[in-house]
Amino acid sequence: MLEQKKLIVSHAPFWHNGNRVTERSYHTILAALPAVLAGFYFFGIPAVAVVCLSVATAILWELAINWLTKRSIAIGDGNAAVIGLLFGMLVPATMPWWAVLTGTFIAVVIGKQIFGGIGSNAFNPVALAIAIMMVSWKHLFDFDGMLLNYDFAFATAYPISAAKNFGALGIEKFDLWNLLMGKQIGGIGATFGLGLILGGIYLILRGFIRWEISLTFLAGVYCSAFLFNLIDPVRFVSPAFHLLTGYTLIGAFFLATEDSSSPVNTIPMLIYGATGGIMTVLIRNIGAYVDGVILAILVINMIQPLLDKIKPKALGKVV
Amino acid sequence: MLKNKFFALTCPRIDYDVLPMVLPKPEKISPTKYITLFHDKNGNQSSATGSQVGDKVKTGQKLALYKDDPAYVIASASGTISSISPYSGDFGKNYAAVTIEIDSDEVFDDQFKTQAAEPNLATALENLSFIPGSPPLSTLSDTEREIKTIVICGVDSDLLLGTQQYIVKSRFEEVSRGIEILKKISGIEQIYLITAGETVQTYGHIGARVKSIDTRYPSALPQLIMKNILGEVVPAGKTCEDLGVCFFSSEAVASIGSAYTSDQVPVTKSLTLITKDGNQRIIETKIGTPIKDILETYGVSINEEDRIIFGGPMTGSTVYSLEHPIQPDTDGLVVLDRSNAAYTSEYPCINCGDCVRACPANIQINLLVRFLEAGQYEAAAESYDLLSCIDCGLCSFVCVSKIPIYQYIKLAKYELDRAKAAEETNA
Repeated sequence: MLEQKKLIVSHAPFWHNGNRVTERSYHTILAALPAVLAGFYFFGIPAVAVVCLSVATAILWELAINWLTKRSIAIGDGNAAVIGLLFGMLVPATMPWWAVLTGTFIAVVIGKQIFGGIGSNAFNPVALAIAIMMVSWKHLFDFDGMLLNYDFAFATAYPISAAKNFGALGIEKFDLWNLLMGKQIGGIGATFGLGLILGGIYLILRGFIRWEISLTFLAGVYCSAFLFNLIDPVRFVSPAFHLLTGYTLIGAFFLATEDSSSPVNTIPMLIYGATGGIMTVLIRNIGAYVDGVILAILVINMIQPLLDKIKPKALGKVV
Repeated sequence: MLKNKFFALTCPRIDYDVLPMVLPKPEKISPTKYITLFHDKNGNQSSATGSQVGDKVKTGQKLALYKDDPAYVIASASGTISSISPYSGDFGKNYAAVTIEIDSDEVFDDQFKTQAAEPNLATALENLSFIPGSPPLSTLSDTEREIKTIVICGVDSDLLLGTQQYIVKSRFEEVSRGIEILKKISGIEQIYLITAGETVQTYGHIGARVKSIDTRYPSALPQLIMKNILGEVVPAGKTCEDLGVCFFSSEAVASIGSAYTSDQVPVTKSLTLITKDGNQRIIETKIGTPIKDILETYGVSINEEDRIIFGGPMTGSTVYSLEHPIQPDTDGLVVLDRSNAAYTSEYPCINCGDCVRACPANIQINLLVRFLEAGQYEAAAESYDLLSCIDCGLCSFVCVSKIPIYQYIKLAKYELDRAKAAEETNA
């Protein structure tokens, strides 16, 4: 035995299908890009600044926490970038820099790292950050006020707020095609419905998010809004309007589907999505807040561990 | 390495290879200088009392090292015992490695001839436990558990391998004879033969009920055969043997058949060799042949950090030395280049649920793995279905975080078994 080669001894399996966390993050960013670019087109340079600052600070907060807790640097997995991007997509283009900084701090540090980092967060970090910001600085999420100085070629009113305040009469100036094409005011990346739908379909087909959650969320919104509309068509707007305005689409495809805070079994996923959709419309139509998506997502995040108790029986399980 | 398809809406589907209609020709490889046999070592026998270093052995001769121990090996070549040294295998198993220097002329042992005329379980147990396929004859003779059904696997339980399929197709007569003998020595009438997606008519007169299974991995694992073919679900924590079902590989049955046909103890093992380029070959070699003899024949170059797998890519085990011999139950030899092998990471579970969807036993792996990482094996077994696991390895295969889930599961089961054994001895 002149030459002994060192072999690696490891445990089975010796194959892997090649999926990685990094891949999930970057494809989520890719899927969000159409909506973000449309936001840049409609809201201009300030929107670019907000999104860039949001992504950058989210990554920096993550890096800071990695250093502080002496853990391995985890910004390479892209999860912090996704959080930053989604936060930027939900806020108005005129968000002040300090608010972006605070928002990403809440998302990355309080929403994710305090729970133990990726995979351990009980709530969607972005939804948590937006909820806290909405409660703390109400005027920052008053889209009519924040986007006052813009001169758009389309109806300049926050559709969901118009619907809440004036009912069916308030939304006569919006037509669904314009809403779908992003001709509405709102969060930077939350207005271009077509882009969000395409991105969502891409993520579903690639297996990065689950169709069970997204589709039941949208179905929940549609069905409950339809019932409200049936009861009082003057006070409550049509279900299609609910689908295309506010955070509905971004919530269904990008927020509710977040891995850590969503269930893994089929039936729980269906209940989870449907509950989210129904809660959204309940808050919008009879609650105090203008848009219920964020709060509805926090509620379903909270019931997720309970829902996952509905599980198939394991093979050979006794009792 | 298998990659996911671009569209991944559903779980990955991995299929077993089905051998082509025209069977590949087996290639015969002989050991060059020596063979090594792993003799089971139960208890604390310190010195060998049976065969000694320097003894001359014949091909097919039974070598028992320790008195009062039923374990033995069968010399697969003629020569001289050059060394007997201790060897520790996986999961704390102890062996005595018996090395035999091969003589130029082969002499066959005729001890078995006298017993072959009248097949019975006791003589089979004493002579045929170490033959290719390692038939679980001791399970049949176990008086505590009554075996009512024998299942013969004509398919390999792991991917890439074609050994068992090959045996059923090419050694049909011997398998048939083996079934006849098994029926005779055990008195068991209910015998199943499992094949991979072929028509049942092909095997009409084999003497067993022929059932065909789905080609989707892992349907050839014993627990799933029990569930899908026999309609019995193995309760968590129990084995198939507890339910009275004993699994034989088709090679074990063929070896029994050939032993009683030729009056010789068979010593040649068939196995599938998968080289780095993915070529699949069926080869025949003697039990105990060091793998370097096989690899040299095909000019397979081994680099640093490559992996050599005994068994298949999903459930096999790696060896650290090219001296490692082929064992009676080695159905596959896979050489994996280091660039193709999967690495694990310390990344946490992100709760994506891919493992839960892939698991054929419906285990909530996303929760289970958190207990296993924390070493809480008893809680994992009680509340999170650890013992329902059927050892297919799909969870690790699909894990986005590359957590070595299957390794955690094996470790947990091993530790629980050890704790249980310790409790029993202290009680």
